[in-house]
Amino acid sequence: MGGRPRAVTLDVRALGVRGVNAWLHGEGQAAGGGRVEIVHPDGAHNLAVGLDADLDVEIRGHAGYFVGGMNKRARITVDGSVGWSVAENIMSGTVRVRGNASECAGASGRGGLLVIEGDAAARCGISMKGCDIVVGGDVGHASAFMAQTGTLVVCGDAGAGLGDSLYEATIYVRGRIEGLGADAREEPMTASDVTRVEALLRRAGFAHAGVEFKRVASARTLYHWHAGLGHGAY
Amino acid sequence: MCGIVGVLVKRERARTQLGTLVVPMLACMDARGPDSAGLAVFHDATPAGARRMSLFAPDRAYPWCTLADRLGADLDGTATIVAHENLAVATSSLAPTAVRAWIETHAPAVRVLGVGRRMDVYKDVGRAPDIARRFDFARLAGTHCVGHTRMATESAVSPAHAHPFTAGEDFCLVHNGSLSNPHMIRRQLEARGIRFETDNDSEAACRWIAWRLAEGDDVETALGRALRVLDGFFTLLVGTAEGLTLVRDAFACKPAVVAETDDWVAVASEFRALAHLPGIADADIFEPRPERVYTWAVDREP
Amino acid sequence: MADREESFSFNRHVLAYIHEAAAGGLYDIRGLGAKRALPTFDDLVFLTASLSRYPLEGYRERCSTRTVLGTRSAKKPITLETPITIAGMSFGALSARAKEAIGRAATAVGTSTTTGDGGMTPEEREASKTLVYQCLPSRYGFDPDDLRRADAIEVVVGQGAKPGGGGMLLGQKISERVAEMRTLPAGIDQRSACRHPDWTGPDDLAIKIAELREITDWQVPIYVKFGASRVRNDVKLAVKAGADVIVVDGMQGGTAASQQVFIEHAGIPTLAAVPQAVEALEEMGVLGTVQLVVSGGIRTGADVAKALALGADAVAIGQAVLVALGCNAAHAADGGVHRDVTADYERLGTAPGFCHHCHTGQCPVGITTQHPELERRLDPAEGAQRLRNYLNVLTMELTTLARACGKSDVHHLEREDLVALTVEAAAMAKVPLAGTSWIPGEGP
Repeated sequence: MGGRPRAVTLDVRALGVRGVNAWLHGEGQAAGGGRVEIVHPDGAHNLAVGLDADLDVEIRGHAGYFVGGMNKRARITVDGSVGWSVAENIMSGTVRVRGNASECAGASGRGGLLVIEGDAAARCGISMKGCDIVVGGDVGHASAFMAQTGTLVVCGDAGAGLGDSLYEATIYVRGRIEGLGADAREEPMTASDVTRVEALLRRAGFAHAGVEFKRVASARTLYHWHAGLGHGAY
Repeated sequence: MCGIVGVLVKRERARTQLGTLVVPMLACMDARGPDSAGLAVFHDATPAGARRMSLFAPDRAYPWCTLADRLGADLDGTATIVAHENLAVATSSLAPTAVRAWIETHAPAVRVLGVGRRMDVYKDVGRAPDIARRFDFARLAGTHCVGHTRMATESAVSPAHAHPFTAGEDFCLVHNGSLSNPHMIRRQLEARGIRFETDNDSEAACRWIAWRLAEGDDVETALGRALRVLDGFFTLLVGTAEGLTLVRDAFACKPAVVAETDDWVAVASEFRALAHLPGIADADIFEPRPERVYTWAVDREP
Repeated sequence: MADREESFSFNRHVLAYIHEAAAGGLYDIRGLGAKRALPTFDDLVFLTASLSRYPLEGYRERCSTRTVLGTRSAKKPITLETPITIAGMSFGALSARAKEAIGRAATAVGTSTTTGDGGMTPEEREASKTLVYQCLPSRYGFDPDDLRRADAIEVVVGQGAKPGGGGMLLGQKISERVAEMRTLPAGIDQRSACRHPDWTGPDDLAIKIAELREITDWQVPIYVKFGASRVRNDVKLAVKAGADVIVVDGMQGGTAASQQVFIEHAGIPTLAAVPQAVEALEEMGVLGTVQLVVSGGIRTGADVAKALALGADAVAIGQAVLVALGCNAAHAADGGVHRDVTADYERLGTAPGFCHHCHTGQCPVGITTQHPELERRLDPAEGAQRLRNYLNVLTMELTTLARACGKSDVHHLEREDLVALTVEAAAMAKVPLAGTSWIPGEGP
């Protein structure tokens, strides 16, 4: 199917979440591209989950949990706020939230880009496995908990316990850090950090300078079990 | 595990709308709590000396009027009853302790759900939409309300185990989460002579906070202390004569969302429950931070 | 008084434990399941036919073993030829060849296998006709494409060896391939979360299950697995959250690596867990609609029969599978030649029959290892044949007992076919003590 992508409107009130997702997984993906508008989300959960298509999806209003869960290739935008675990396990593609995200945004994300233009709450980027997350506002406590790889960029402040049990993911914070988690430490920004941050900010649509950010990474002291760590480490 | 809802109406003229605002919220939270549901409503105070007592009977055709007559005769006073099936609110100037004692002796099947000058409590087993319909929640008017849908985690499904839990007067609590040390809290309170009705962990939280209030703490202080004493995951919403108070534990793993406009403040476990409130499109919506006590007070004319 | 009197509570094992703790400053980590003495299915026996009941003939008079799981909501429930399934064990904990052998045997016998902590390997998907895909707290290697290729999904809340604990894999088993699948640096000690990253509590589990259903378009069954602890409450909550199948793993359940203190002191015996789970399903009114799979120390066809009689729809086996492949055997095939590998056990400080050293990655028989030289000791074809033999024996033992109870279908076994040999077993399994009508704790 060639030509200009046509915009399809799916009404959650009429179709229900199942109807919307069935269309997206069926005709939507078969079309091989196109624009979809989802209206009247009314905070419903599980909208646009499990997509694997070159689709542009706009959700007009606030959505619930797991928006864009396990996304592949699709570009999803929420013109509102979202509940828990937006873009959980995202594999590729983009999810953008114009409002705020509730807890666990980008949980276990493995690729692609998640942009939260407002604030994200606790545990943003928990267990991330390679995705990039850019937050225009603040993130809540325990963000990037056990984050394995990938990048979290926070333009605002970060709550307590940032990067607790961090593996190889990197966190950049422009504002205040309320507290670092176990094994997380601040490190000096290098030129390549600055470049990396600015590239992500550009993709996300924010204009800050990379040098304004602090770098947080793992001290790697928890990588091997040994007695010297003391009982508090476990 | 459960669903929590709460609404506080800011403008006096909108108080008649309280019920219509909260019923869709409760119905929405049915998915989080299919076992039982309840609602506590705060409205105009009874005259000094009089109290409202919310009552529950297992029998939908319970003879409430007979109970009111006998109670009044035996205790030499009057009790006015407004009843819906098996729930009733008795207004009386008789001392609540005397009424409780009389009910225990003469009508042991009846439970007292709550006492206060402003607070009425309704709760029963069943699905939230059915309970809202059976007790006509939509007609309720008042300044603020606290509601709950329950998915039982450990203790039984029974009307007594439904939330809101109450203690003292004009005090109620709903809880989403699971306390990990409820039994030791209960034993500490029982040692002080405080009696429990159920083995529900939420009742432990309720009676502990009520105990602190009785000891002179204000609500914010009591809930601040509760954060240290209660262990586990909890989002607590407390209703008192003054208003609503909300707190989340340090891990904040049980969800909560707050929306506020010039006309109302609403709390729910999921945004979905707030999605149909009038003015939600322009509301200030935020997620309460862990370990912070949020209070909203009713604006009462002096 | 003898000069050598061992203390009951400060016995040799306890003394060794304290000595090691004092020397190393770290808790003991090991593989397999609880080794302590526990009430087990051995404490139950069947009341087979005599005069009051008629037995069925072997061979000619059919005893059906067909088992269907996931009838509540899925468009494609799982149909198995035997109620004995293979429990989740990770690639990482096990070698790729072990996973392949397991898949091939399961396919030949007509049952399912389950992925583990680390994700789905292509070999496993190809070897297993029916594959259950686990969704664990760690989400290592979790991939929606694998989700869509799975025949069922198992949301793992916990396991019997360590209810409330997360996964663990020590650095010596985090090879390059394992590390890549798990998105971890090679050679580090893997710490796993004990809670899921994107949901907490049964109320939110309901939403997560809905998400998994939406992603897979409601095609496949969704299992919820947990370690046996507060079984009654957990089963009810899992049902309320929307589970199609409940998997209860008793404390005897194995692990590739966990803290010793967890393995031995957390969770309840499988025997005690089954009746609680069944009662919970009955109280919810979903017995038969939501199926129950029981695991944790299932070793023989008699164990399978007893689990079914108590009300399970199926069992899952883990440790027993490894033993069938050669775990704790003195011999292994090295380059096609069977030879004695006792010396390799001794290098680990153990011996055949005593080994629980899966966590070291030095498995002398090539099962729980990532070392190419050790992996070679397990030939997938031979392993598959051994496991297939064992699964057939289990199924035959199951039908032998079922026929002797007069059942033409193993799922017609019922708790009234059982009595207990000890008071503890009678109380836990809620069946009468043999020769009496007494169930401790019930009625006058």
